[in-house]
Amino acid sequence: MIEPVRGLRISVEVNGERHERDVEARRLLVHFLRDDLDLTGTHVGCDTGNCGACTVIVDGDAVKSCMMLAVQADGSSIETVEGLARNGELHALQQAFSSFHALQCGYCTPGMLLSAKHLLDHNPEPTDGEIRRAIQGNICRCTGYVNIVEAIAAAAKGGVE
Amino acid sequence: MSAPPARKLQLGRVGETVQRVDAIPKVTGEFAFSSDLFAAGMLWGHTVRSPHAHARIVSIDISQAVPMPGVQAVLTHEDVPGAKHYGLEFPDQPVLAIDRVRYFGEPVALVAAEHPEQARRAASRIAVEYEPLEPIVDAERALAQEELHPNRPTSGHGYREDPRPNVVRTMVVRHGDPDAEGDVSVSGVYELGIQDQAFLGPESGLAIPDGEGGIDIYVATQWLHVDRDQVAPCLDLEPERVRIHLAGVGGAFGGREDLSMQIHGAMLALRTNRPVKIVYNRQESFVGHIHRHPARIWAEHRADRDGKLKCVRMRILLDGGAYASSSTAVTSNAASFACGPYAVENALLESTCVYTNNPPCGAMRGFGAVQTCFAGEAQMDKLAAALGVDPVELRLRNALAPGDTLPTGQKLTGSLPVAEVIRRCAAIPVPEPDGLPRDAIRLPGGSGNVTRGEGVRRGVGFAVGFKNIGYSEGFDDYTAARVRLFTDRSGGLVAEVHCAAAEVGQGVSNVLVQVARTELDIVDDVLLAPHTTATVDSAGSASASRMTWMSSGAVRLACAAVREELDRRGGSLDPGEEIDIERIYRHPRTTPLDPETGQVTGERAHVAFACAAMRVVAEVDTELGLVRVAWIGTAQDVGKALNPQAVHGQIEGGTAQGVGLALMEEIQTEDGLITNASFTDYLIPTALDMPRVVAELVEDAEPDAPYGVKGVGEPPTVVSTAAVVAALRAATGRELARVPVRPEHLAGL
Repeated sequence: MIEPVRGLRISVEVNGERHERDVEARRLLVHFLRDDLDLTGTHVGCDTGNCGACTVIVDGDAVKSCMMLAVQADGSSIETVEGLARNGELHALQQAFSSFHALQCGYCTPGMLLSAKHLLDHNPEPTDGEIRRAIQGNICRCTGYVNIVEAIAAAAKGGVE
Repeated sequence: MSAPPARKLQLGRVGETVQRVDAIPKVTGEFAFSSDLFAAGMLWGHTVRSPHAHARIVSIDISQAVPMPGVQAVLTHEDVPGAKHYGLEFPDQPVLAIDRVRYFGEPVALVAAEHPEQARRAASRIAVEYEPLEPIVDAERALAQEELHPNRPTSGHGYREDPRPNVVRTMVVRHGDPDAEGDVSVSGVYELGIQDQAFLGPESGLAIPDGEGGIDIYVATQWLHVDRDQVAPCLDLEPERVRIHLAGVGGAFGGREDLSMQIHGAMLALRTNRPVKIVYNRQESFVGHIHRHPARIWAEHRADRDGKLKCVRMRILLDGGAYASSSTAVTSNAASFACGPYAVENALLESTCVYTNNPPCGAMRGFGAVQTCFAGEAQMDKLAAALGVDPVELRLRNALAPGDTLPTGQKLTGSLPVAEVIRRCAAIPVPEPDGLPRDAIRLPGGSGNVTRGEGVRRGVGFAVGFKNIGYSEGFDDYTAARVRLFTDRSGGLVAEVHCAAAEVGQGVSNVLVQVARTELDIVDDVLLAPHTTATVDSAGSASASRMTWMSSGAVRLACAAVREELDRRGGSLDPGEEIDIERIYRHPRTTPLDPETGQVTGERAHVAFACAAMRVVAEVDTELGLVRVAWIGTAQDVGKALNPQAVHGQIEGGTAQGVGLALMEEIQTEDGLITNASFTDYLIPTALDMPRVVAELVEDAEPDAPYGVKGVGEPPTVVSTAAVVAALRAATGRELARVPVRPEHLAGL
């Protein structure tokens, strides 16, 4: 039988907080976030990098965390859905998703929010086409995307009150 | 006391757009889905599944698995404490396979271990010896092959006797003179592949023993009490000792009507006396739930010269897969709605569902009406072409209206504004074609960047569809709600609503709260209690577009009773005093359809109906067969919109699922084995596949429903597949009789 590779020590900053942990070399980043750090807002939908429910931001890049090993994130800075709100204040995207009914079951929502944040971080005034292109790797099965696109556009324009 | 709580209740009543009550936890990541649950000391369960579509089990040897590291239990059919079979409507499905497996992925054994990887490794050490049998995989041939269920679980339930092997149900509707001729006749043979609900959160749950032999199961499901009633006999427990609690549901769409991990998790938990969590991965999810029935449909429509339908003849063959699930109701729906929302004097409709060794099929949004709408609307377009009549005009000439009679003999007594949704939809301005050059993202092929516009043709399609709201054919359907009224610390009145209505994303939680706010305008706050079997009677299923109607009816009744009691007590409560009342709501009674003629045996077989019309603009790259859906306009009959923003959300999302069936979604099988059980190979519409949707709500109050409401989830899914393919036909001139339409069906014009 193949025995698992022994643990490696990694150090990552998640939502501004530094964590040092021993992880198995094969551990996926998404399982590290969910099971080791108890950040269950990042979801697993497909295990194959297709659905985007596990999207997080790693050193400024939107990454599907089921497609990356935890050890690859050593030394990096990670943003998850739990870090979007600051001091109890929702992020403009979180506000807009709530107000525009841009979610139903909500399973895709954290990944969708992180892909949208990555877009707005790099392109504060996206067109409809740019928004759709930015979230094309995030599947939503409930909404038909109409309200998601509207919510992202509204957040870009300064959000909702 | 300060004013704010009372002011809060000025908002959020029935008919107003209200932000989802779960919006904030869902956008912050705090919302706990079933896969996020944790209990101290919990084990992980894993399911051993059949690699064969059809095989005899020669032996199961668990001896190598039991001593594996971390393993706490290894269970087979011999360990099922009570009934060995279960089923949503007929107990034809083994909890764990006994001597035969009938579909690819059928559960055979269970393992619980300290770590999920240990459970998977131990599972791989369970040696199951199979003797493969020839799988029955063609629905037509199944009618002459060996019986997969020789005891015929669905016979003796009042359905038509059909002695052919493997029949789950046959329904025949004879209406008027089925041989009536017309001036013109069009015909076609249509086919639909297997669609998957593909809810984004795979099956998962947590079973926790209560220490006294009972069990608490936290699971993502659609109907808590029917889960309980299936689980309890298999565990040999009284129903009260099995408590089902709704965990966060990552979408459902019919796919969570049947059990997944409930009995399995409970068996492992009771055996080990520890909490057990089971989480399917996506591949397992594809075999972990039932799918939409694939269908073959033979249709002939006869009409007079003016385009008035004279006779519709349709034969529908549905592949139910290995177990019955809700196939008998799907069979009936397919026939009941085969003629579409049109007045037809004469019809012969035959719908048959068979057992095969293909993946089991059951409920998915649209439930039988999707299949026949696709065929029927293609027929209406053929008829329009044969007569030289505008397709919209042809539909208006035949539109059902209140007072008309359906092919089942049921007279339309409630609301069904077919002509109105057609007119409203047809009046939505269709946008001008996008000019060229344009960004490749807005051309067929999208980010594939395969055309600058050359070879692209545009087509516009139109379709109308309808289906039933609620359970039919005499099913004793009800919803319970309990309202507890008490005073909070500051003396304000608080109403706590208990209802086991499953919140699957559709927004029923808002409905419960909105109704309580509307009916109890005296209270300062409304709280929503957890959805559970432990504190309230059944709410019925979050399916058949029934839950908004039924649960709003139940909460309204309970609120009225609470209000009456409060008035009796003088209009106020003392600290510590409370009123606690449960009420049950029932819709107007239905009765069965006659098994020989398919005609109603009472006033109605279906409670009510809802319809939708849709227009789709699509562009086809005729060189590569790629499609861009450019625009969708729709008008839907919603009765009364309780939360208009959520209604729009249902229409948009329901439309997207129909777009998926039209263009890309199909579970593919070879000899019954699923060959594309992943989101890499089973494609779902993305934000680049779905256009904007312009939706108009047609509010025509349903006389029998609370607030005049109708369900809204299914009509858009019923109609959108038909409307998308109509647009592709207009663009290409091809018949396109099968969905999903593949590039090779469109290319090479």
